Amino acid sequence: MEKRILDELRGIVGGRGLISSPEELHTYECDGLTNFRVMPCAVLLPNSTEEVQEIIRICHRERIPFVARGSGTGLSGGALPVKNGIVISLARMNRILEVDFPNARVVVEPGVINLDVTARVAPQDYFYAPDPSSQSICSIGGNVAENSGGAHCLKYGFTTTHVLGLEVVLSDGSLVHFGGKTLDAPGYDLAGVFVGSEGTLGVATKIILRIVKRPECIRTLLAAFPSTNEAGAAVSDIIGAGMLPAAIEMMDNLAIQAAEAAVHANYPNCGALLLVELDGPVAEVEALMTDVNEICRSNGASEIRVAQSDAERALVWKGRKSAFAAMGRISPNYIVQDGVIPRTALPRVLSEITRLSEEAGVRVANVFHAGDGNLHPLVLYDRRIAGQEAAAEGLSARILELCIEAGGSITGEHGVGEDKKKAMSKMFAEPDLATMQRVRCAFDPLQLSNPTKVFPTPRLCGEKPGEYVAHAAESAGIAERY
Amino acid sequence: MDAATKSESSSLHSSLRYKIIAMVGNENVHAATAADAIAGVQPKLVIEPGTGSELAEVLRVANEAGLAVIPRGGGTKLGWGNPPGRADLILSTARMTEIIEHAWADLTVSVEAGCTIQRLQETLAQHGQRLALDPLWPEKATVGGVLSTNDSGALRLRFGALRDLIIGATIALPDGTLASSGGKVVKNVAGYDLPKLVTGALGTLGVITRAVFRLHPLPRNTRSFSVFSAKAEESQRFVLAVQDSKLAHTFLQSHFSDEAPPVSDILFEGTEAGLAAQESQLRSLAAPANVMESSTPTWAAREELCNFVDPNTTAVAKVSLLPGDLARAMGEVEQAAKLHHLRWRALVYATGLGWVRLEGKPAALRGALQLLRVEMESHGGSLVALHRPEKMAEFDTWGSMGDALPLMKALKQRLDPKNTLNPGRFVGGI
Repeated sequence: MEKRILDELRGIVGGRGLISSPEELHTYECDGLTNFRVMPCAVLLPNSTEEVQEIIRICHRERIPFVARGSGTGLSGGALPVKNGIVISLARMNRILEVDFPNARVVVEPGVINLDVTARVAPQDYFYAPDPSSQSICSIGGNVAENSGGAHCLKYGFTTTHVLGLEVVLSDGSLVHFGGKTLDAPGYDLAGVFVGSEGTLGVATKIILRIVKRPECIRTLLAAFPSTNEAGAAVSDIIGAGMLPAAIEMMDNLAIQAAEAAVHANYPNCGALLLVELDGPVAEVEALMTDVNEICRSNGASEIRVAQSDAERALVWKGRKSAFAAMGRISPNYIVQDGVIPRTALPRVLSEITRLSEEAGVRVANVFHAGDGNLHPLVLYDRRIAGQEAAAEGLSARILELCIEAGGSITGEHGVGEDKKKAMSKMFAEPDLATMQRVRCAFDPLQLSNPTKVFPTPRLCGEKPGEYVAHAAESAGIAERY
Repeated sequence: MDAATKSESSSLHSSLRYKIIAMVGNENVHAATAADAIAGVQPKLVIEPGTGSELAEVLRVANEAGLAVIPRGGGTKLGWGNPPGRADLILSTARMTEIIEHAWADLTVSVEAGCTIQRLQETLAQHGQRLALDPLWPEKATVGGVLSTNDSGALRLRFGALRDLIIGATIALPDGTLASSGGKVVKNVAGYDLPKLVTGALGTLGVITRAVFRLHPLPRNTRSFSVFSAKAEESQRFVLAVQDSKLAHTFLQSHFSDEAPPVSDILFEGTEAGLAAQESQLRSLAAPANVMESSTPTWAAREELCNFVDPNTTAVAKVSLLPGDLARAMGEVEQAAKLHHLRWRALVYATGLGWVRLEGKPAALRGALQLLRVEMESHGGSLVALHRPEKMAEFDTWGSMGDALPLMKALKQRLDPKNTLNPGRFVGGI
């Protein structure tokens, strides 16, 4: 990057807000998905919305692509830097700006950590509902980009349900506001489009969140089944009985072993474990818990436990939430997959995964948000054994195809990012993708905001404002003007 | 329609008309009558395609010919929005009524845009399920119309708005593109969330041809109560206390008017044991003497408010405010009505969304709406004028737009560059 630009950027954020030495830049060359790495030209750490605007104005003037980054915990390469681009880290913009209990609203900057919102409102018995497994380190800005879910979104919804308004810097540096503290602001639901757009439509600098009153009681039931088939049947029966639990999670034997080895959650050793959480008024929850108990038993559960204290409940969840990291205990390398299937396709898809796993000679541990059909197969392999990595990657890709074939999705919460953009054209037809690109062109006609992510084929927007400048991809003949 | 208009419509569009007839069949193309007028603007033809691809084709041809197209479902809310700048064709979804797939075990349904809400709910109920939404006039209102107007009622408090219930959509764009996004699973973050973009867009970006929704179980049992307050401040205190409590109510709405003190309705759903416990908690929150169990559910309140007698002396507005501003806002409504000698009533949900009906002379209605809009907007809310008398001087439906208007116009330009769909009906002249 030219020195004059670096100097100008340094002028905005100060010497301590600009990282440009190669040693320090290494920290930012990937996010939670470590098999893609790109060195950015510089990393900027702005302190305010105005600084973000000034940085982006320079990017716009100089046609420098930028990638916004929260805590860098994303699992699809959404925060992977772009070649010849800069990274804008929102880590320093981590203030909770306003807490409004009567209206159950919180206004935060994007760098605020997810769990810190709950910590701030917990004394008044409120919580922030979206709870990705990384909630103790991931940022709200990152959650907005990815439309993060978590175990409790079955009942409470995803990030998009809880974001009421946004302040956004567009790729020309202009500042816009979507939604607000009140509902149904006249106009298009731009907040709805922005949440989950993976940083491709601009950079959020302020977020208005909805908080939720903590229910009167929470009960977590743990049931041990001989296999995922029986556990899956129990899930169907629970939903079929007209219940909407706060969470239904499933782990297979390999996942249980790993969680046990890692955090000693005291799980029973069984073929499949079901974790069902109900919340609400005590009388209601106890009545329904009796039904859940009965459903589990009639589907062959050998052991059923109900967490009796907050401490027990926390331990049960710790095992589940650390399941990904726990894989390190039983396998030197693993791929975390994220796909969705209609709940009813669960038994069929699972047995197919088992078959494919045996065929490929690669183990697969399964962790799911079973209530909403979100699968997280963990493909385990050993890089030191010749051919295993390729076999694991092949199997992981095949699992995604299974999800599409079952009428599901290639991602339930981790996002498309860099990782799955090729799979987009398997899930969507060309007119679908072209329509999304048109939306993108309205927000970011020069495609400076996290370009090269989400979409399988780069496309350029027509009718560019200002002087026409040939895009590098266009000159090289790898993109068409759109 | 008089003979002159009829001959004009057929002469203007004869070649185009044949083209369209070839696409959808003669019996599905009709000359528009006076009953098809939109806020006083008379269209020429009503076209009823049978499928999404037929609809997209008709739209493409109309767009190429530079005609203005008004999408129409049940037509119950066709008066919402500003009068169209132009109107040539009505593109009706009346024949697209199929419930494509009720995957009851997955709690999802895929349905064509022209299906009425009532028929959809009846089908879902066969498996003990519902689309957890209570829009106006469900017997006529269609999936596409309800989505385009983002209509929601009392159930929104518990189950969210349409944006939280829709998981997939197919839309026809003016260039004939038929694009799907989202999917048929509840959890899905692949690609942009276009279902949300078209929800509440008043048909200005594309025509919704089908939608996929997540469903909820029908309740096992329900009980509802009415709570009486002496004045608005007391009813605000009650609403905020309930919202801050551990009650798991399904809806909470408050009625205000110039003729009776405020009343709030609360509905609980659940097991018998759960309902009994919640009732006693409710009675401890409000003065027990003020709580009465209601024998009939109070679903119909919003429809009653909107089913006015005289369209020439009535205005209906949707307001959005913060729940903590409820009493102040109702005070403003009362004052504005008094100042302009109007009768008034309002229904406000605990979400902060409310409906206000004013009755009186058109000029006075306009004055009150203007005053209230300023009030609502200065407190971060909004006022959308859904119905106003035809004789009332021009009054924008939507109110002042924020700094995102240029972006909204850019979106419109990308998806409907010739301004074919519902021209001039939406915010900021879109």
